[in-house]
Amino acid sequence: MAVETLIVLIPLLPLLAFFAIVLFAHRNNALSHWLALIAAGVAWMLSMIVFRRAVQTEELSRFPFAAAIEWLPTGSAALKIGVQIDPLSAVTLFFVAWTVLMIFIYSIGYHNFGQPKGEHDRPGLPPHGAEIRDGHGHVHRVPSIEPMYARFFALISLFAFAMFLLVITDNLLTLYIGWEIMGLCSYLLIGFWYAKESARNAMIKAFLTTRVGDVFMLLGLAALYSLTGTLNYQVILNNPAVLNGLASAASPLAGVSWAGLIGILLIIGTIGKSAQFPLHIWLPDAMEGPTPVSAMIHAATMVSAGVYLVIRFFPLLSAGWDGHHLTLPMLVMGAVGAFTALFAATIALAQNDIKRVLAYSTISQLGYMIAGLGVGAYVAAAFHLVTHAFFKALLFLGSGSVIHGMEHGVFHTGENIDPQNMLYMGGLRKKMPLTFWTFLAGGLALSGFPLITAGFWSKDEILSGAYASGQTAIFWMLAAAALLTAFYTMRQITLTFLGQPRSHSAEHAHESRPVMTIPLVILAFFAITAGWVGIPEYFPAVGGLLPNWFEEFVGSMLVSHGETAHFSLLPLGVSVVVALGGLWMGWLTYRGVVRPVDPLEKPLGGIYTLLRNKYYVDEFYQWAFIRPARWLAETLTDRWLDRTIIDGALHSIAGFGVWLGKSLRRWIDLPVINGAGDLTAAGTRNLGAFLRSLQSGRVQIYATVGLGLAAMVAILIYFLWVIG
Amino acid sequence: MELITNHLLSLILFTPTVAALVMLLLPKDKTTLLRNFALVASLIPFVLTLVVWAGFDPQPSPGVPFQFVEKAEWYSAIRSSYHLGVDGISLPMVLLTTLLTPLAILASYSIEERVKSYMILFLLLETGMLGVFLALDLLLFFVFWEVGLVPMYFLIAQWGSKNRNYAALKFVLYTMGGSLGLLLAIQLMGVAVGSFDLLELYQRWPGLNELSIPIGLPVATVKAIAFWAFVVAFAIKVPVWPFHTWLPDAHTEAPTAGSMILAGVLLKLGAYGFLRLVLPLFPAESQQYAGALALLGVAAIIFGALGAWAQNDFKRLIAYSSINHMGFVVLGIAAAAALLNTSSPVALLDKNIALNGAVLQMFNHGLSAAGMFFLVGVLYERTHTRDLNDFGGLFAVVPVYGGVLIFTAMASLGLPGLNGFISEFLVVRGAWPVMTLATALSMIGLFFTGAYILKALKMVLHGPLNARWLGHLTDMTRREMMVIAPLMILMLILGVWPAWLLDVINRAVAFLF
Repeated sequence: MAVETLIVLIPLLPLLAFFAIVLFAHRNNALSHWLALIAAGVAWMLSMIVFRRAVQTEELSRFPFAAAIEWLPTGSAALKIGVQIDPLSAVTLFFVAWTVLMIFIYSIGYHNFGQPKGEHDRPGLPPHGAEIRDGHGHVHRVPSIEPMYARFFALISLFAFAMFLLVITDNLLTLYIGWEIMGLCSYLLIGFWYAKESARNAMIKAFLTTRVGDVFMLLGLAALYSLTGTLNYQVILNNPAVLNGLASAASPLAGVSWAGLIGILLIIGTIGKSAQFPLHIWLPDAMEGPTPVSAMIHAATMVSAGVYLVIRFFPLLSAGWDGHHLTLPMLVMGAVGAFTALFAATIALAQNDIKRVLAYSTISQLGYMIAGLGVGAYVAAAFHLVTHAFFKALLFLGSGSVIHGMEHGVFHTGENIDPQNMLYMGGLRKKMPLTFWTFLAGGLALSGFPLITAGFWSKDEILSGAYASGQTAIFWMLAAAALLTAFYTMRQITLTFLGQPRSHSAEHAHESRPVMTIPLVILAFFAITAGWVGIPEYFPAVGGLLPNWFEEFVGSMLVSHGETAHFSLLPLGVSVVVALGGLWMGWLTYRGVVRPVDPLEKPLGGIYTLLRNKYYVDEFYQWAFIRPARWLAETLTDRWLDRTIIDGALHSIAGFGVWLGKSLRRWIDLPVINGAGDLTAAGTRNLGAFLRSLQSGRVQIYATVGLGLAAMVAILIYFLWVIG
Repeated sequence: MELITNHLLSLILFTPTVAALVMLLLPKDKTTLLRNFALVASLIPFVLTLVVWAGFDPQPSPGVPFQFVEKAEWYSAIRSSYHLGVDGISLPMVLLTTLLTPLAILASYSIEERVKSYMILFLLLETGMLGVFLALDLLLFFVFWEVGLVPMYFLIAQWGSKNRNYAALKFVLYTMGGSLGLLLAIQLMGVAVGSFDLLELYQRWPGLNELSIPIGLPVATVKAIAFWAFVVAFAIKVPVWPFHTWLPDAHTEAPTAGSMILAGVLLKLGAYGFLRLVLPLFPAESQQYAGALALLGVAAIIFGALGAWAQNDFKRLIAYSSINHMGFVVLGIAAAAALLNTSSPVALLDKNIALNGAVLQMFNHGLSAAGMFFLVGVLYERTHTRDLNDFGGLFAVVPVYGGVLIFTAMASLGLPGLNGFISEFLVVRGAWPVMTLATALSMIGLFFTGAYILKALKMVLHGPLNARWLGHLTDMTRREMMVIAPLMILMLILGVWPAWLLDVINRAVAFLF
């Protein structure tokens, strides 16, 4: 088959699975997950075939696999959409296909396939567990199967469709379509357990916060389409003439070129989708969704799509960049990314929910990539995108496994604790060894543990890029963020797996089923090795042992390379020191925790409270935006404008009409017309009486009347004939 | 046979009337018969529309601007004739009307009282609406414009809910208030040009610089007055902010099927008036006042969305959403109006795209608004309340309804992959280069579109289940699925492959403007 056909099939299969499950298999759990798995599996296989071919193809960035059709008739032409695989989409496809498939498999175990139905389980709520009686007559409480099992697989299939669509497409419009459908899936899956009040608030928050970014992005689309007449990547981004034109044309915003304005509009889309400050608030709340959703949508794929967008449009964002002075969009990315990286990392320090720590870490790491892009480290940002997807999916799935283990303990003991709170965990490494070792691999990769983990190589490259660009502020912010990352990661590992159990549930936790742990092992493999394809040649000792394939492959995407990073020992030293130092300090601080209290809570005091409450950003938004918006809607628009002013005016007009009618009746109808009518009647009667009196038979009177009449007629004739 | 093929449009137009007359003879207590008869009768125009569609050549030419044309003597004394025809703008509207009417009738099977008069009125309503889209004579246009009003008045006033009398009166007086100016302007134009024929008016009225009747005003002033008379009449119907407050009342109080038709078709009459009459007949004035129109369109987008978000009545919320969505139609029309006389290829493309978006948005809103009103009705029939606070967590009880509601709501929200997105994107794309600020401001409305749709979903489907409905709520019936399924299928098809419809619109728009 032609490679383009294979590419088209990749998103199509999960879409078919979605429709098949919704229409025919929604009552059959096994069939529904098989449909989803087969679709994801074949899509994975096709992705690997496409990836292999892409890697083997020479000059793929100039001549990508592509095919297009006419989609929207516009005037005498049509807007085309199609598929395209170039180096950037090939590597994205690679990690998306792997993480999606792993998460699909994991979900079977996570949603307790094969377990009994719970007696009190309801659609819309997480399963409460079921009671079973064993051979000896003992009653056990065990996890029960998810009541909306089939729906879950339908929705994640739809999601997989949208993500694949976004990756394989050749233009911004289809990217936006995939982007928004993912947003819908994210909304529906965050609110998968919709009967929970917290879930239903989180789903709306996620949708609307990202929508803020999306509407700006839509304007960016409109502007780009208006100016270039197309939304195709190759035509815009691989075309220095178009890029230079956009970079030199002035936009309506003073001092900003069209490239700058469109770039900023697109970046705002990314800020929403990739949960960057100030639109980061939705991602932590999105943890309300089932953990596979957090792993797939809110760590590995959808939030990565935001970064993918800016990487994809880097030629536009950097149009006019001479290698020294950053363009406005780059500056924005550098500032937003670096700030978010540091800001989110500080919040992660004070979170006790195992998933929330990871959520803030995701925000922080995405900020890393965006900052990297801002300083022009294009390949490094793409590289970190790939490695992060693997290790963060791994960490989330690991945390899901931990939560599952803890829930098992909670079922067993009947304890009333939050199974996601790390303070009640501890010592799980013995109970859940596979989960522990894989989580450790992911955690070390996230911390950038030198040499052996993937995260080290990609993070190190961003740091050296930032250093080489001369943006020292960004460099040091990223370095500080890396330090905190290592610290909170070690805090998480220590609190969860090391030391002694701090609750009975933790004592009774046990390892998850192989259907959950095998994906962990596979992802752990990538969390370690994915970095080895991008070891820079100049790296001391190990550089050059393996070819720097990633740099060569993805770097070919840029028509003109930016300044290649000069090797410097400082960023390397910093990156090693912060990683090891952070890990070490984290271990020192949390190794001796016996009671469920954070040892930093007291010493940090007010700062801890501030971090714990996420700098009160949510509260501020509530006050600064949400309440005024409600006032605008409920009071200004509905009560004042519509009901009072406009309807008021209408009612006064109507009232005036009624008043006019009544007045006419009162002052004209009654006295004049009715009066006239009455008068007529009376007058006729009177006239009759009068006339009767005339017909008295007396000739004199007849003569008088006759003369009078004749005189009147004569006068009339005179006036009509003579004067008229 | 020839008689049929030569008079397809007349057949489409008057089959409902004939059916209504036949229904007069049917016994009024045989409700099933009455319903089925009305449904079958309303399917005939739909099938005939498909026949017309199949025979329609999307590419118009100067010799054949309209197709399936019928012309007959009517009021020869004042040179008004019975003149019908379709082009790529009116044909989609005819399709929308003939599609939605059977669905609305099917949705009305739950009406129990005075079925006979209800169905008769519905069929008469269809003729009234179709006449507006088919008429190529200004006087004929006006007659049908008014004819549609009467059945709708009675449908609201007789079968509506609590506040129906107020709503029906407000609806009818408001629209008639607009029609007054329209009638005067039409008469003025007819007398000035000596014909009510639209094709003739297209030729002569815009370039007219001398009036044959002694009014004592300069021609430009007279034209401006006529222009505003048209604009106000159509703006009320669309409705353009601030002429919109009849809509929430009428839509909320009307019976379910009435709301479906009101939102699905009747609002389109106003937008159609802009496209068919205002832009071609008053190019100079349209261009002059395009900015003001865009501003009002954006006001409708923003305040419509905010107004919808503020509602706690499910039906009223959806009613406000119509104002919000029709605002995009107005924005697209305004952008095109600003570019009416352009000759630069870039601006021509912008104009073309804006109008494509506007017409497609009319069609799309017809589908999604009808669908949403139907779904509100489905819930209302079961719960007898529309207060959003009375619901909550219903997804667990009525999963099919929940899925259908989310699907339709997403189409209304403009989710890519479904129909609404394409048209909104085209409008935004077309309007951006001309009305940059207005387009940017419209994004505020687009944002709040999300807010109100999600508010409705949240309060109906999600959250803890209101125990009141446990065991009292049944999922959608087969009949109800038959009403919504065609709409859903079309929403999906138009979202994925809009070219079949867009191509027809695109060619007509490119030819006309």
